[in-house]
Amino acid sequence: MNELAEIVSKNEEKIRAEWIRDMAKSTLRADLMGKDELQEQCRVLLSNVITGIKTSGPADLSAAGWTPAREFLQDISVSRARLGFSPAEVATFVLSLKQPLFAALRRDVKGNQDQLFDMVWTATEMLDRLALITTEAFMAAREELISRQQQELLELSTPVVKLWDGILALPIIGTLDSARTQVVMESLLQTVVATNSKFAIIDITGVPTVDTLVAQHLLKTITAARLMGAECIISGVRPQIAQTIVHLGINLEDVVTKAKLSDAFALALQRSGRKVVRETSAPVSPISSLFAKRED
Amino acid sequence: MERIPVLRMGSLLLITIQVDMHDKLALQLQDDVTQRISEWGSTGVLIDISSLEIVDSFIGRMLANIAAMSRVLGADTVVVGMQPAVAITLVELGMSLPGVRTALSVEAGMELLFGATSPTQSGLGDERSQA
Repeated sequence: MNELAEIVSKNEEKIRAEWIRDMAKSTLRADLMGKDELQEQCRVLLSNVITGIKTSGPADLSAAGWTPAREFLQDISVSRARLGFSPAEVATFVLSLKQPLFAALRRDVKGNQDQLFDMVWTATEMLDRLALITTEAFMAAREELISRQQQELLELSTPVVKLWDGILALPIIGTLDSARTQVVMESLLQTVVATNSKFAIIDITGVPTVDTLVAQHLLKTITAARLMGAECIISGVRPQIAQTIVHLGINLEDVVTKAKLSDAFALALQRSGRKVVRETSAPVSPISSLFAKRED
Repeated sequence: MERIPVLRMGSLLLITIQVDMHDKLALQLQDDVTQRISEWGSTGVLIDISSLEIVDSFIGRMLANIAAMSRVLGADTVVVGMQPAVAITLVELGMSLPGVRTALSVEAGMELLFGATSPTQSGLGDERSQA
């Protein structure tokens, strides 16, 4: 099938010109990508494809001769994925090579219809596989992006805050699943050791729903903290969640729960033998204004 | 034979576990602790496990057992300095050691024991706020 290679390399200039012209009409995304860059990509891809056909034939794209073409396609689909192209647009970039390629074949393979058909078929198969490579690379790039973001989200969403000497707060935002519980538990316990904190307040204001599984995860964290000698207080229990907990029959008898973070903080301060008082003449400090309501 | 030392500090027993626990050592410790409590009339047992890094269900049960036995003999037990990894392992094994009291450091554990053994004061937190 080296005839195909001959025809394509003979018509390389013409095919490329037609390709770029067609693309300008249909799929060129001028908003995402410059024309010069696109032309350069077309040139490199076409010459890589010709090298591939010449050295390894059009049938087996996993052969060594196709490596530059494959790698180049993977690179451009990853870069286009970042630019915001859709997978269809990236695949169309390769598939739009069909029309100029077939036109060149029709011009050069005159007379013999069978031969022309065979060649068109071979070229179609080849280009379809090349397009599939871009789609696969596109998906792989997306998957990687998603898993990285998941990891970042996991790290972002579990801060342990020191409220006072010996009092930690752990505001949880989002649903607690097993993987997150593990991260939350580890970071809480490590901070308990590092800061020598006797009290840890777990604030669940940001947890949308509490089912038996979430409750079990919470209880595990609390038990682990207790084993280390720290006491946990749950705060931010919304009325709806209080109802759910009771309806589900979850046993939180051994755990201190409070409606608000400020209530839990006040309890922790009281249990550690501290008291917040407002100096009547002095200007109101932020911390005493927090408890001003309670003293009234 | 290797043994975990049981130290006497006034009315307390002080045990620091510095080596990897194996089953025989744990049983020996159980024997020693009960023996010493009845011998010296101790009212509190403080077990420091801050150097213990590996724990299994047997060691977990041994800790619970020592606490229960001491209670029968009239002494309170406090386990102090548990590592995060050990705490997580015990929880995953389903052992929450319900009868064992815990504290973050030896100092906090002492305070807990002295607070508990004094008849007028019930616990650390209340003790301070009442004072």
